[in-house]
Amino acid sequence: MTTNREAGVTRKTRHAGPSGWMAAPALAFFIVFAILPLLVALYLSFTNWDAISDPVWVGFDNWPKVLGDPVTITALLLSLKIIVFSWVVQTPISLLLGVFTAGRQRYRAILAAIFFLPLILSSAAIAIAFKAILDPNFGLGASLGLPFLNQDWLGDQNLILYVVVFIIAWQFVPFHTLIYQGGVRQIPASLYEAAEIDGANRWQQFWSITLPQLRYTIVTSSTLMVVGSLTYFDVIFVLTAGVPGSGIRILPIDMYITGFSANQMGQASVIAIMLCVIGLVLALGLTKFSGFTKMTSQQEGL
Amino acid sequence: MTTAATRRGSSARHRPNVLAGVGGFVWLAIIIIPIYYIVITSVRPQAGFFSSNQLIPAADSNLDQYALVLQSDFFLYLANSVIITVISVVVTVLVCIMAAYAIVRSNTRFVRATFGLFLLGLAIPLQATIIPLFYMLSKAGLYDTLAALILPSIAFAIPLTVLILANFIRDIPKELFESMKVDGTSNWRMLFSLVIPLSRPAIVTVGLYNALGVWNGFLFPLILTQSPDKRVLPLSLWTFQGQFSVNVPAVLAAVVLSTLPVFVLYVFGRRQLVSGMTAGFSK
Repeated sequence: MTTNREAGVTRKTRHAGPSGWMAAPALAFFIVFAILPLLVALYLSFTNWDAISDPVWVGFDNWPKVLGDPVTITALLLSLKIIVFSWVVQTPISLLLGVFTAGRQRYRAILAAIFFLPLILSSAAIAIAFKAILDPNFGLGASLGLPFLNQDWLGDQNLILYVVVFIIAWQFVPFHTLIYQGGVRQIPASLYEAAEIDGANRWQQFWSITLPQLRYTIVTSSTLMVVGSLTYFDVIFVLTAGVPGSGIRILPIDMYITGFSANQMGQASVIAIMLCVIGLVLALGLTKFSGFTKMTSQQEGL
Repeated sequence: MTTAATRRGSSARHRPNVLAGVGGFVWLAIIIIPIYYIVITSVRPQAGFFSSNQLIPAADSNLDQYALVLQSDFFLYLANSVIITVISVVVTVLVCIMAAYAIVRSNTRFVRATFGLFLLGLAIPLQATIIPLFYMLSKAGLYDTLAALILPSIAFAIPLTVLILANFIRDIPKELFESMKVDGTSNWRMLFSLVIPLSRPAIVTVGLYNALGVWNGFLFPLILTQSPDKRVLPLSLWTFQGQFSVNVPAVLAAVVLSTLPVFVLYVFGRRQLVSGMTAGFSK
């Protein structure tokens, strides 16, 4: 059970390491409820299933139907748009707030405690709150009587995308701020001290120490952000449910509507596989691309 | 100048950064206004809640809407949320500490493959599995049960939990294991008398983090349960919204009530909660 490298050590001691079977319960849970579903999704994608009777095998029928459907393409493009917009909005804000909250000043610690509050709210709570705030008739904008605040935020096709990007940012910037805060706090103080001796100002220090040192943090945060935005569901679902013809049919919503509203579970499974493949490709691509294959420290030797 | 700077850490960062301060307070406003709105509106009387400036607390603020929410089966949903959260977290932590221990202390091909699979699992989107899970759990007769929420919640919490715990256990000095081995301690005893006590901070952290995830989960309850007696809090918010409709103060009172337990956790365990969120990523 042990490799050659360890054999010498283990023979001397009375016990080998713990049995690999200790990992079995976790593995079993994970395989049955996370890996097996992916295979079942693949199977279902080759069937017609209305969620009531048994699935009927139809071979490749669903695949061209879904992949060739303009609705799917639109959903895919909209998902990509959300990913890009979310990244562009959230990354700079999170990075700056991360640096900000990493400071040891008292007022920053207090602000940080408030900044992280959205982390504890559920997506449903956030969506319902913003739905109330943004309501064109009963919301905050209407009550304050400010015309630029009083718009049909959720009903206007041109506005809703930005509203959603804003709410996603409101919800997830705190999390990424936290990641950046951790990253900034791991930058050795000696680097800044050296830079100050060299007369670098705060701006120069940010560009030539903080930012390069945060390289891996940026990759980690971006990966989580991109994959997260791809599969974003809860807030958009709650926010736009009951708003007719809302323009936020991103892939997961498309999957839900196809599966649970139109009862085309087979076609919805095709979208599920798409989501999974795109998610894996994005996650692995981003980590490979940046040479960040192991979750190890980037400060070896410092 | 140089010696002074070195002694004080960094003098540049001690000079107040006005721009950063302003930015910080702008973001504070963005975060706090919606939260303030939720709280202030939830205590507003339903009648005429719209007619006034909603940012100013109503003179006749009261807790009527809270009473209404509490009478609307709130405690049933609360109990359901508590049940699925506690069971999911306890099982997750238990199976993950065992797995993490095995991953750190044994080097078999099976264990390495398991860890590799978990790492890959970090990238599997939850949403992609919802239809097959719906199919599988229906076939197993578990649709519309709390177990249908617990089982996949555990599965999806495993990769990150194992990663965080393994990172932590790796830092336990090898000598401690070796000396216990010499004393003839079994691996199981080492798990309970060495690994678990020493990993307590990490266990608290992943426990809180996973609890938050299960507590706030919306997709699984939406798809995998149906009847009101299986409803959990996040889903109840959604149904309250339909039920109370234009009674916005009541809907927001439900939002506040559903967040209250986590808020208490946040106030008392912020450090652990917050460190748990990034423990797997920022190392």
